[in-house]
Amino acid sequence: MTNMEKYRNAFVKGLELPLEEVKSGLTYQGIENWDSVGHMGLIAELEEAFDIMFETEDIIDFSSFEKGIEILKKYDIAVEG
Amino acid sequence: MDFYRDIDQYADRTAVITEQGERLTYRQFLEDGDKLLQEIPARSVLFLICRNCLESVCAYIGALRKGVVPVMVNSGIDAQLYQQLYEAYHPSFVYAPRDWSQHEDLPVLGGYRGFVLRSTEWEQDYELNPELALLLTTSGSTGSPKLVRQSYTNITANACSIAEYLGILPEDRAITTMPMSYTYCLSIINSHLLRGASVIMNEYSVIQRQFWEIFRKLEPTTFGGVPFIYEQLKALRFGRMQLPSLRYITQAGGKLSKEMAEEFNGICQEKGIKLIVMYGQTEATARMSYLPWERAQEKAGSMGIAIPGGSFSLIDVDGKEITRPDTVGELIYTGQNVTLGYAQGYQDLSKGDENHGVLHTGDMAKRDEDGFYYIVGRKKRFLKMYGNRVNLDEVEGILKKQGYSCVCAGEDDRMRLYTTEKEESRQQEMKEFISRALNFTSRSFEVIYIEEIPRNEAGKVLYSALGSERKTIPAK
Repeated sequence: MTNMEKYRNAFVKGLELPLEEVKSGLTYQGIENWDSVGHMGLIAELEEAFDIMFETEDIIDFSSFEKGIEILKKYDIAVEG
Repeated sequence: MDFYRDIDQYADRTAVITEQGERLTYRQFLEDGDKLLQEIPARSVLFLICRNCLESVCAYIGALRKGVVPVMVNSGIDAQLYQQLYEAYHPSFVYAPRDWSQHEDLPVLGGYRGFVLRSTEWEQDYELNPELALLLTTSGSTGSPKLVRQSYTNITANACSIAEYLGILPEDRAITTMPMSYTYCLSIINSHLLRGASVIMNEYSVIQRQFWEIFRKLEPTTFGGVPFIYEQLKALRFGRMQLPSLRYITQAGGKLSKEMAEEFNGICQEKGIKLIVMYGQTEATARMSYLPWERAQEKAGSMGIAIPGGSFSLIDVDGKEITRPDTVGELIYTGQNVTLGYAQGYQDLSKGDENHGVLHTGDMAKRDEDGFYYIVGRKKRFLKMYGNRVNLDEVEGILKKQGYSCVCAGEDDRMRLYTTEKEESRQQEMKEFISRALNFTSRSFEVIYIEEIPRNEAGKVLYSALGSERKTIPAK
């Protein structure tokens, strides 16, 4: 699985979204499922998928699909494609 | 001795601080509220569509002062649920954010900053009980228009008790972390205003950057949280944060797991923050017990002792009082904060006190030799969902009415729907339906397919045979 596939999969599982809805433009509170409960689920899925532990700052900064990709770079994870 | 009148005395102190850092004195804040309420005759019903902002808290206190009875409604309420409430209570007035989607066609009577006051098509043709102060949605309402009727005495009595046992100081600043239509948040507002302290009206969740920016800027001394908020704080590595302004924090709305309680006790002790675990229900205005922080380590897992002015007892299945320690029975609370009762519609708003100061909590508890109480289970089948009490039998009823074959079980914050519906689309539909009806994110529900609902010979559902496929957030 590519990193992009893993990344999108974490949204599918964490936010319970159909895969086709996981794309650029998704924002925290922009859709019903990405609320504070969904956010914690998403963070947990990402930590598991990439075997990392986010810093506090990164959890509260993770506000969109694109922002998440940027944050993951700090953990040496390149999500491309 | 009504607290919302007595707070006039705090004239030049700061009552409310907005997210932007604007400070309103008690004088200004009360004047604004009184002025807004001028348009509304005493003993009317007002739908107060709440956000955690100055406009909402101003109207809330203004309404209490005027003798107008507000129904506290979260602005995020599902449109269909809202319509049910509206039809059931015939409010004469609605006060809501300007950008709120409902009632745009109703005539505008007035407004305050970002909120607008409208009169409705309902002429109030029913009486309000003179003691009735406030109507709150109950956690167990499960999509029905059931409200808890709180009296003026209830609100002041509970606020006084809370301010006393928490030792709230005039210098305290409480930041909101939960919707103010929720009784726990409201009790934080009440008890701080009672002491001339300040409340920071904040809309953001603890997982948002803005929350911590506001926190650093406005330096709150306290906040409260339901177990889910503590889970978020844990994920955010609360232990590593530097929060020197924080003096004490409270926890209620469900029980923390033992590990979580121990972890937070440890963190708070190290940081010199008092952590006070409490227990309550909307039916008791807000709070019934607290665990004195000095005993938090020694009595970890306990909900503590009754609040000042209240008392607990335990009864056995025959209704007889249990006096022996460490014996489980139903927890009964007595105190001035036990509310008047429920309402199902405007017809019930003339009713008087149906509880007479005694509340059967529905929780099973035991008391140790030192008089500390421990919740051990529940008499009825309900879950706490993000601090809200949800009756599983009622949920099954709603689903059945909708034509789904399903039984419900689960843990707090995580409900499982066991269904014999095989089709995935139908399962998804069911999940979306119940998520909307109860107003909890669909992520809180898990649908599990079973071939048949296990029942005993008498036809009773065997919940113990349902197994417990669990889907939990992995431990950190």
